[in-house]
Amino acid sequence: MAYRHFEFIEKHAAALGIFTAVMVSFGGLAEITPLFMEAHAVKAPAGVRPYDPLRLAGRDIYVREGCYLCHSQMIRALRFETQRYGHYSTAEESVYDRPFQWGSKRTGPDLARVGGKYSDDWQRMHLLDPRSVVPPSNMPGYPWLAKAAIDGADIQARMRVLRRLGDPYSDADIAAAPVEVKGKTELDALVAYLQGLGIDNEPHPAVATAKVGKAGTP
Amino acid sequence: MPHTEYYNDKVVRQFLLASAIWGIVGMTVGLYAAADLMWPALNLDLPWFTFSRIRPDHTFGVIFAFGGSALMGTCYYVVQRTGHARLAFDRLAAFTFWGWQLSCVLAMLTMPMGLTQGKEYAEPEWWIDILIAAVWVGFGVVFFGSLARRRIRHIYVANWYYGAFIIAVGLLHIVNNLAVPVSWTKSYPIYSGVVDAMVQWWYGHNAVAFFLTAGFLGMMYYFVPRQAQQPLWSYRFSIVNFWALISVYMWAGAHHLMYTALPDWVQSVGMAFSLVLLMPSWGSAANGLMTFNGSWHKLKTDPAVKFMVMALVFYAAATFEGSMMAVKTVNSLSHYTDWTIAHVHSGSLGWVAMITIGSLYAMAPRALGRPAMHSHKAMEIHFWLHMLGTLFYVGAMWTAGVTEGEMWRATLPDGSLKYAFLDSLIAVRPMYLVRWMGGALILSGMWVMAWNLWHTAADARARIIQPIPVPIPEPVPHQVPAPLPVAG
Repeated sequence: MAYRHFEFIEKHAAALGIFTAVMVSFGGLAEITPLFMEAHAVKAPAGVRPYDPLRLAGRDIYVREGCYLCHSQMIRALRFETQRYGHYSTAEESVYDRPFQWGSKRTGPDLARVGGKYSDDWQRMHLLDPRSVVPPSNMPGYPWLAKAAIDGADIQARMRVLRRLGDPYSDADIAAAPVEVKGKTELDALVAYLQGLGIDNEPHPAVATAKVGKAGTP
Repeated sequence: MPHTEYYNDKVVRQFLLASAIWGIVGMTVGLYAAADLMWPALNLDLPWFTFSRIRPDHTFGVIFAFGGSALMGTCYYVVQRTGHARLAFDRLAAFTFWGWQLSCVLAMLTMPMGLTQGKEYAEPEWWIDILIAAVWVGFGVVFFGSLARRRIRHIYVANWYYGAFIIAVGLLHIVNNLAVPVSWTKSYPIYSGVVDAMVQWWYGHNAVAFFLTAGFLGMMYYFVPRQAQQPLWSYRFSIVNFWALISVYMWAGAHHLMYTALPDWVQSVGMAFSLVLLMPSWGSAANGLMTFNGSWHKLKTDPAVKFMVMALVFYAAATFEGSMMAVKTVNSLSHYTDWTIAHVHSGSLGWVAMITIGSLYAMAPRALGRPAMHSHKAMEIHFWLHMLGTLFYVGAMWTAGVTEGEMWRATLPDGSLKYAFLDSLIAVRPMYLVRWMGGALILSGMWVMAWNLWHTAADARARIIQPIPVPIPEPVPHQVPAPLPVAG
């Protein structure tokens, strides 16, 4: 390009703005559009269901408290990761996660498959006062969770919004929500969420083998 | 001359004050968050003192409140000086100041209360996002409106970076925050799972690229030549780097998701572009450093130059580190560890904070109607507090990060894992104390700067400073790109 072409951009604010907008758009378009198309084409596999009302409430508490800032939910396809945490995480497992909670830092361990590894009582004690069960831990206590109740109407509103976004909740599911969360505290909900992590979603051996090429090999 | 026009320095002074205050607020929250990690009982069993609730407050406070105020203030200063024209739309400019401060206050108050979208660096809820978007559009209108009424035909390169910063951040903010509200306190993003992850890190990475890099490069391209009293080393090189930087950066976000469930091809594309990105990054750093050729003696006498030179050195170091961390092999060790924390802080404390502080020390006396900052010695003290604090902080987190990475992957001869997760936490706890001490040094430096600015602003507070008239240039029929005017 001859200098006069550059000169045109350097002397016209509108041209500079437009060219800048064009140049910054390529990367996002190239990387996000295919994923977006794929996400609309691919449906969740059997075994991955939308969160039931109590676990949904628990998940939203997990997001609200910012657990993702110290705990990941993404087991990488690396040997030492799968040895420590279990089968590597696959894309299908987080189709109902809004927002995704893969995390970026592990001050504490990964939680993608923590469900069932500890008892409900251990989880409760650990959330209320982590150092009562893990003395060297630097996790803060979350005692306020035990005092707050879950609001059934609020959960219904959340389920309706999620249905609008594509999650397959039926009218019956939404109608039953207040009964399911009645009398439950935020602590109950968060424990239910944690205890479900990785339980229903863990890929079965036959399924996993078929997907190795797609999700990347260790 | 047909009429006398004055620079709008009022809004510049307001942003200058705001950035000094937000710097202290954001870093105080950061220091408390660091203390929480060292002494977890410090959350006092209260939600709003808990690490997980205040960490977004720290990141928002330092990036958007402190960095954002400094960027908008210097942008308004630079676009007027390089265009020889008063800022367009006085009242809209005032709106961008108050609107931005309101957004920051609302975000900083609501996040510890648990109102969060749960996406890193994009935590504020939907209604704050709408306010931010409105202010941002106003900022763009003021900036491009000011460019449109400039008297120098050629648009100086600093404005290119500021312009790209405004356009790209607006785009990123809107696309990443698309959500359906449930109530005033809760919304769900329209994306889920893998798509949400890709959109979030396209945003997260490019918030670094355009907020923390392009914007501050705009600052650098004006204030470095100004303070060095030298023309830019190579003007053409700065233009080449501009196009390379803004187009390549947008591809690199996927390096935050290596070995995850993100499709493999996106990870590889992200890694490749991250390596290419080293070229324009080092190009910009070299261009800034070479501009000091002939003025290196100022390093001995001018603390603002010290800040700027160290900022450019940290910029080169952090971008090299970033490209290396995007290599999958390195990433398998560094990801999820405190190495990431070291990397962002060598970029933010080393590059962003130092170029900001250097530029504020260069700009403040001019905007406040004084020949120099109130105390030269206080600037020196600030430099050494900041420098030492950054080295403590980054050194501690590097050590911690590599320790964690090595312990997580260590295996015994029989193939079983050598350490429990908790072993790695116990091993790095002493480093958390060193990090906290580094943070304390940096925060005390910010207090020294605030004290210095307060005294420098004495005349401005007493309203005895004169507005600066805009020098109206003679009409030039064909102007080639020229270095900065000597006086501004």
